[in-house]
Amino acid sequence: MNIVRLAVAGTLESNDVLVSVAPGEGRVEIEVESIVLDQFGENIRQAAQEVIGEIGITSAKVRLEDRGALDCTVKARVETALRRAGEAQK
Amino acid sequence: MSKVIATLSDAIREAGLKDGMTVSFHHHLRNGDFVLNMVMEEIARQGIKGLTVQASSLFDCHYPLIEHIRNGVVCRIETDYMNGQIAKAISEGLMERPVLFRSHGGRPAAIDSGRVTIDVAFIAAPASDPMGNANGISGPSACGSLGYAIPDSRRAKKAVIITDNLLPYPLSPASIEETDVDLVVKVDSIGDPKGIVSGTTRMTRDPVALTIARYAAQVIEHSGLLKEGFSFQTGAGGASLAVTQYLKPIMKRLGITGSFGLGGITGYLVDMLEEGYFTSLMDVQCFDLKAVESISKNPLHKEISASRYASPLAKSAAVNALDVVVLGATQIDTGFNVNVHTDSNGYITGGSGGHSDTAAGAKLAMIVAPLFRARLPIVVDKVLCTSTPGSTVDVLVTQRGVAVNPQRKELKDMLKAGGLPVYEIEELKQLAENYTGAPKPSRPFGRTVAEVEYRDFSIIDRIGCVER
Amino acid sequence: MRRTMLFIPGNSPAMLLNADIHQSDAVILDLEDAVAPAEKDAARVLVRNAIKTLGFSGTEIIVRLNPLDTEYIRDDLETVIPLKPSLVMPTKVSDAGYIQQVSAIMTQVEEKHGIPVGTVGIIALLETAEGIENAYQIAKADKRVKALFLGAEDLTSDLQAARTKKGDEILYARGRIVMAARAAQVDVYDTPFTDVNDDDGLSKDAEFAKGLGFTGKAAISPRHVAAINEVFSPSEKEIAYAREVMDVIEEAKKLGKGAISLHGKMVDKPIVDRARRVLEAAAALGLGGYEHE
Repeated sequence: MNIVRLAVAGTLESNDVLVSVAPGEGRVEIEVESIVLDQFGENIRQAAQEVIGEIGITSAKVRLEDRGALDCTVKARVETALRRAGEAQK
Repeated sequence: MSKVIATLSDAIREAGLKDGMTVSFHHHLRNGDFVLNMVMEEIARQGIKGLTVQASSLFDCHYPLIEHIRNGVVCRIETDYMNGQIAKAISEGLMERPVLFRSHGGRPAAIDSGRVTIDVAFIAAPASDPMGNANGISGPSACGSLGYAIPDSRRAKKAVIITDNLLPYPLSPASIEETDVDLVVKVDSIGDPKGIVSGTTRMTRDPVALTIARYAAQVIEHSGLLKEGFSFQTGAGGASLAVTQYLKPIMKRLGITGSFGLGGITGYLVDMLEEGYFTSLMDVQCFDLKAVESISKNPLHKEISASRYASPLAKSAAVNALDVVVLGATQIDTGFNVNVHTDSNGYITGGSGGHSDTAAGAKLAMIVAPLFRARLPIVVDKVLCTSTPGSTVDVLVTQRGVAVNPQRKELKDMLKAGGLPVYEIEELKQLAENYTGAPKPSRPFGRTVAEVEYRDFSIIDRIGCVER
Repeated sequence: MRRTMLFIPGNSPAMLLNADIHQSDAVILDLEDAVAPAEKDAARVLVRNAIKTLGFSGTEIIVRLNPLDTEYIRDDLETVIPLKPSLVMPTKVSDAGYIQQVSAIMTQVEEKHGIPVGTVGIIALLETAEGIENAYQIAKADKRVKALFLGAEDLTSDLQAARTKKGDEILYARGRIVMAARAAQVDVYDTPFTDVNDDDGLSKDAEFAKGLGFTGKAAISPRHVAAINEVFSPSEKEIAYAREVMDVIEEAKKLGKGAISLHGKMVDKPIVDRARRVLEAAAALGLGGYEHE
């Protein structure tokens, strides 16, 4: 799937994460901001990467503003944002 | 003779304040307090330096202290609690000398025993007569109890009443008595009522907090302590306060009348007094307008001093007669040690207040907290700061289960028999981490910015500088 | 044993995370009214991940679907059926054909994912006059249908009646849906009580529903769960009476007696059946219904 437009998913409420996706420049860039960055920054980045890999994205800018989301929420929001930003399929 | 002095400036001079002395303040006006800032500003103007500020608590409104520290007016802080901008600045290394944290019981013990010398106590009073008979129950800045100011008034070398409500002699009742007061200053306003007490303390609607509170009430029911003459203290926030809501129907069903409700008092405890669930309230601090109104009218709602509330050196103190206390925590470790001084990143965000005193005194000290907050598990291997030692903490209540201190085997059996979901504390830690994952250990902290003095005057922990 | 079904908004991570702590027998993860149209895709993925990872500690999972005439329902089913929730809840169900269409999509998804056909059941939300009139046909429409559920808010709007706390306007619908569900031998659930500040009203409303024959009741607030559970659990008195009934039956069998009476009243088959159901329910709830047998 190719990222063709800007899209967001999620919220800034507690236990949620706001994910913004934009077309990339030939690679995947992930930026994480979090209230639990020290404790869980790596987990958040990994969760995002996993979803990006599963969907098969090779070029995108992905920004996460995290408010203490669990991995299953991070993954859900990243997936939704990517699909919203991807070219319409099916 | 009159003790009334025309200006604050004159009062500071008259009291003989000099470089290096100790000035004290109480926190009954909480985040609406004007008095600490106005006194410190005048002191700074007079060029006095190197003071120790001895405050029962500091709030966000006291941020001007940051400048006074930078300018050398203040070189030492001793307090029971601090939050807001001042707490953040101190965590980041504002002061050369570490802050000394005491508890609400340790502070009056230190004052009464002479361990702490207060040169001048500046006592904000919502009402006072010209001789310094003062109380907190009337006037535009009414705050109810003045319990935390009483030891200061009795022991300070000089006691200065600062009021915006000067009434005719003799003012009655007098929480602070003329025998202890040197000077009285009338100012325009001592505080912003909006920051002093909440209009009404709001009961939480957070379903997680309510679930915790329901379990907490069940723990009390099955603790063996809920019988005639039961005594109780709880906090004013979230799950702690909500415990009263679930405790009431249980007391009603069992037909039990409690003896006293203790501590910071909210309208919910006032309701319980008025509805006959308790026969008295012992009030060191009012949290809302209903409590203020009640203490001014109801003879069964009694003001008590900080010494009587919790001093470990008093011949007896109310905390020692307490059956159950419900307390919060930012962290609790597998040894049941509780942190209420810092957040999970090591920033100072609070302090013991009466936490360690009531835990030590009460027959059942219960910590209520969600299993995790914003992905940070509440149970950790080692708390960042020990505020209350695990030997005084009996049970942790979360929304998914309860853990009992292994020292309290009989309690564990009773709670199990009562049908509560009882786990080992390590199991609750694991349960939380099943959701959150294991948090990465925090980075090492820098030099000591605060020391925590336990109520026996030993230093039980040190808080390190947060390096950004 | 399902007495309570608690609604949880499908797009709220904080609510989903703690959906299972309120002692509700089932949770309804809502993809319909609680989710804005622009967030349907987000809620679907979030609910899917939540079911996949959170476990819900044994609480039964029901997913409320968007209506059949929307573009969403196929995606809803394709996303949630592979996770095998206990039930899905089609909404605004009007007739048997509606259920058959939903069931056909479910079958397709189950086959595609190698799940035995019929694994996931249906609880049909009836919230239109037409749906209530067709209640029995709906209950009998497909083997997947395990329960009917009355939705009074939309129904009263369809009836052009005002929704009141007393509920006279839904009395017929309540009676009708209970009759239909019992005739078709499926469970039947009452509409949620909507005032979160009237505990007394809630208990009365639940008592009334229990009296009409409902199996249980939905809740829109976690604060309602305990009261509903209490109403729909057998009381100590009911359990004690049921035990007495079973005891006299045993006694009579031993003695070879035909006609049996208890406290001066005939004990006939309906009374025995009821006693058995009370004890089964009590046993399921750990209230010690059958422990002496």
